[in-house]
Amino acid sequence: MNEHYNFAYLDEQTKRMIRRALLKALAIPGYQVPFASREMPMPYGWGTGGVQVTAACLVAEDKLKVIDQGADDTTNAVSIRKFFAHTAGVVTTEDTAEASIIQTRHRVPEEQLNDQQILVYQVPIPEPLRFLEPRETETRQMHALREYGLMHVKLYENIAEHGQISTAYAYPVLVANHYVMDPSPIPKFDNPKLGDCAAIQLFGAGREQRIYAIPPYTKVISLDFEDHPFEPMKIDESCALCGAEDAFLDEVIMDDEGKRMFVCSDTDYCRKNILARKQDDMS
Amino acid sequence: MYVAVKGGEKAIDRAHQWLGDLRRGDREVSQLQVEQIGQQLTLAVARVMAEGSLYDPELAALAIKQSRGDLIEAIFLIRAYRTTLPRFGYSTPMDTANMNVARRISATFKDIPGGQRLGPTFDYTHRLLDFALMAEGEPPMAVEEHPDSQPPPHILALLDKDNMVEKAVDDGTKPGDLTRTPLDLPADRALRLQSLSRGDEGFLLGLGYSTQRGYGNTHAFVGELRIGMVTVSMDIPELGFAIDIGVIELTECETVNQFQGSKTVPPQFTRGYGLVFGQSERKSIAMALVDRALRWEELGEHNHGAPAQNEEFVLAHCDNIQATGFVEHIKLPHYVDFQAELELVRRLRRQASGETA
Repeated sequence: MNEHYNFAYLDEQTKRMIRRALLKALAIPGYQVPFASREMPMPYGWGTGGVQVTAACLVAEDKLKVIDQGADDTTNAVSIRKFFAHTAGVVTTEDTAEASIIQTRHRVPEEQLNDQQILVYQVPIPEPLRFLEPRETETRQMHALREYGLMHVKLYENIAEHGQISTAYAYPVLVANHYVMDPSPIPKFDNPKLGDCAAIQLFGAGREQRIYAIPPYTKVISLDFEDHPFEPMKIDESCALCGAEDAFLDEVIMDDEGKRMFVCSDTDYCRKNILARKQDDMS
Repeated sequence: MYVAVKGGEKAIDRAHQWLGDLRRGDREVSQLQVEQIGQQLTLAVARVMAEGSLYDPELAALAIKQSRGDLIEAIFLIRAYRTTLPRFGYSTPMDTANMNVARRISATFKDIPGGQRLGPTFDYTHRLLDFALMAEGEPPMAVEEHPDSQPPPHILALLDKDNMVEKAVDDGTKPGDLTRTPLDLPADRALRLQSLSRGDEGFLLGLGYSTQRGYGNTHAFVGELRIGMVTVSMDIPELGFAIDIGVIELTECETVNQFQGSKTVPPQFTRGYGLVFGQSERKSIAMALVDRALRWEELGEHNHGAPAQNEEFVLAHCDNIQATGFVEHIKLPHYVDFQAELELVRRLRRQASGETA
């Protein structure tokens, strides 16, 4: 552990400020709490919001897992894990079940989370209405009044034009019957995991200075219409490595003739599946 | 087997090693000293201090060396370092009327009390490459003259006496701190100026320029531009009074802008204000133009829908560390999103071809 920095890099005053924002966020599920985001030693867009939330939650006994695109070995996940190993000296793990805090970018782990865990999302644009209304002064008011007509019109126009809602990731959700929330750019395949989740889900947007949260066991609904119900997209393939049929798959281009294979994006889930299969084979 | 972007620790370490090696360059050439940067690239140092929001020439020079001359990267290094520093308190307001000026000009009056002082400026140099510098020729020493040791008065203060220019009064409101509280919109002028002062020079230059070309025109004259050293004072609670704790270089620009008057205010000149660390004329002038354009509502002017009049647009996008981070982050892996999108497009295409068949 590095002696030159405070535990988990941030000073205690800053952590206290972030924890206050986190508590407020948990008290008002889905509401975007402004917080005085700090400049971090990694660029905005690399997960500074998630890193600050993780830093504010970490205690010495924590076991930290960091994933990017579902994988533990992507460069930025490696870099963030190293940052906390260096500045907080916490134990790190790749095992989803073992981790007490999981910081993620763009995925929710396949394995079901438990009530001893915190899932921290990195968020680029926290405002689900941003691309419909660029003015922050307006969108804050729209949330306060639950004025989400614009969003429904957009979804309706999607259906009118394409026959379906053409949003594949960052699919908007309604949290605890009040706030419409951006679940961060996770594929909509992951949306059903957000609701009624045992773990605490925290969202940090550093550049945009916002924190929001989904408390455990909260009702989260992906926006849809009665005659066009939400449908998590699942392709008709299975993982070429572990055979999983229920996981989100990355498409891998094998050669220049367009040959492809599909593999789990969640590397830990894939590893465990392969291990289980080997054990089955041996017995 | 699939490896792609899944790099890992070793790749990162090697990449950093290569970067360090490239930074050093040909080892036959002597290594650039931080002191040389501090002494000879002072305007780069000034920009890094201004946009890094930290007045420390030595650290700024180090950041420039470490970043291989990429100034936005250097600014980022300074910002990241700055966040880790303890905050002891706030200085008393800087008194720029008591500036020890190196340069001070006015574009509105030919002769001004205290005189026009050209100072160290590129303004009337002919932009011809000086090949003597390549041969490391030493320039002649500057001639020192001390015509007047009294700080010259602010030009706008002179106009102020005739009620020709809007009053700039301190209403006692404590200014907020952009770095300690999240920006709440609409912001007051103090917060806007804070944001502009650390904003990207290029962005402000473009916005300021746009106001001159009809996108929110404010008819600006440079009432005064002054560069020089100003004393920083701070109240020390144990002492019960303020003491001087240092001297910093500032560039201040006050523009005088035409104003036809409104229902409540008679026709008079209005102000735009720019204040930047170090010698940074371009930035301070651009800042004053943008500041004035943003004041349309307060002065009861028409909103032309110009970008420079749009507070949210300007404040949300002027920070180059935020901007560079978000623009560049799209090079990080996005293959989960892309995969989801790919599948969606395939589905839409299948549907479209199915419908036509």
